[in-house]
Amino acid sequence: MADTITMQVARYRPGQEAEPVFQSYDVPLRKEWAVLDGLNHIKDHVDGTLSYRWSCRMGICGSCGMTVNGSPVLSCATFLTDYAPGPVRVEPLRNFPVVRDLVVDIGDFMAKLPSVKPWLIRDDEPPEGEYLQTPDELDDYKKFSMCINCMLCYSACPVYALDPAFVGPAAIALAQRYNLDSRDEGAADRRDVLSSAEGVWACTFVGECSTACPKGVDPAGAIQRYKLTAATHALKDFLLPRGAR
Amino acid sequence: MRRRSPEPLVWLLFSAGGMAAALSVPVLLFLFGVAIPLGWLPRPDHAHLLTVLRSPITKLVLFGLCVLALFHWAHRFRYTLYDGLRLKKLSGLIIVFCYGGALAGSAVAGYVLLRA
Repeated sequence: MADTITMQVARYRPGQEAEPVFQSYDVPLRKEWAVLDGLNHIKDHVDGTLSYRWSCRMGICGSCGMTVNGSPVLSCATFLTDYAPGPVRVEPLRNFPVVRDLVVDIGDFMAKLPSVKPWLIRDDEPPEGEYLQTPDELDDYKKFSMCINCMLCYSACPVYALDPAFVGPAAIALAQRYNLDSRDEGAADRRDVLSSAEGVWACTFVGECSTACPKGVDPAGAIQRYKLTAATHALKDFLLPRGAR
Repeated sequence: MRRRSPEPLVWLLFSAGGMAAALSVPVLLFLFGVAIPLGWLPRPDHAHLLTVLRSPITKLVLFGLCVLALFHWAHRFRYTLYDGLRLKKLSGLIIVFCYGGALAGSAVAGYVLLRA
């Protein structure tokens, strides 16, 4: 195995470059090094001006999403050796405006997330102690609760690329995480946003979101399930008298 | 009152069409396109097959399959034109062409089945 690998890193420094350019760096190729370790090596030893987001380096915080050789991945969970002999091309997440180098503006996602009310909604006062739940009830939503808001699904989604108004995979999956939770009573509050034209109906079930998801959330599945819920509600609205809905 | 969109209805037709077509079309194609022509299965008598086809239940099932499959095509083709060819600005025309085509195809299917 060669002892170095070339990383081609997208650089964009506002005021210095009119558009992103690639800069090549040779970094040590070590078995245990992820793409993020390569970037940290560049930042610490080669070029301190390189900007990128990272925090936990263990696939939990969701801040180090990048486009590596064309695919949206967590750079902490993607190993350099898998790309040997290189080069490894590192770009910012697609479908988001670039602020600087590998840092993207996540404002759009942060604005959409609360629009689906991803929290427990109940009318009554919280009980003394915990809300109890059976293992089966937990399984109904557990998969969707694994989302770490890394936005790889938005970067992978061709619909979001064409229509930035789309509420998007992670936000809809998180809405379903609460809709399918036996403790939650807020499904009606989320319906308007989810069943709008920019909600589930914008999705054409390409499925790239579920392919890209590093946590196995399956946002495409969450969206398809909600389409059936929304369609059932639409039929009820159409067929039943107001009082029976 | 939120805006009523016909999207749920056409999506239900799309879904049902995909399911119906995926389940029945391969079976029909295998039977009448492969197994019977190749002699793997005994060739059914023409008069017998015609009697089966003329049963109102067969007609209803085939009509349902044709209509659902056509609406499945219409919905998918609409989004192929929207996103694949970036023609969303021609949305009105595309909707008329796709769902109108599915309606016209359904009418033809109904006519052919009624005449059988």
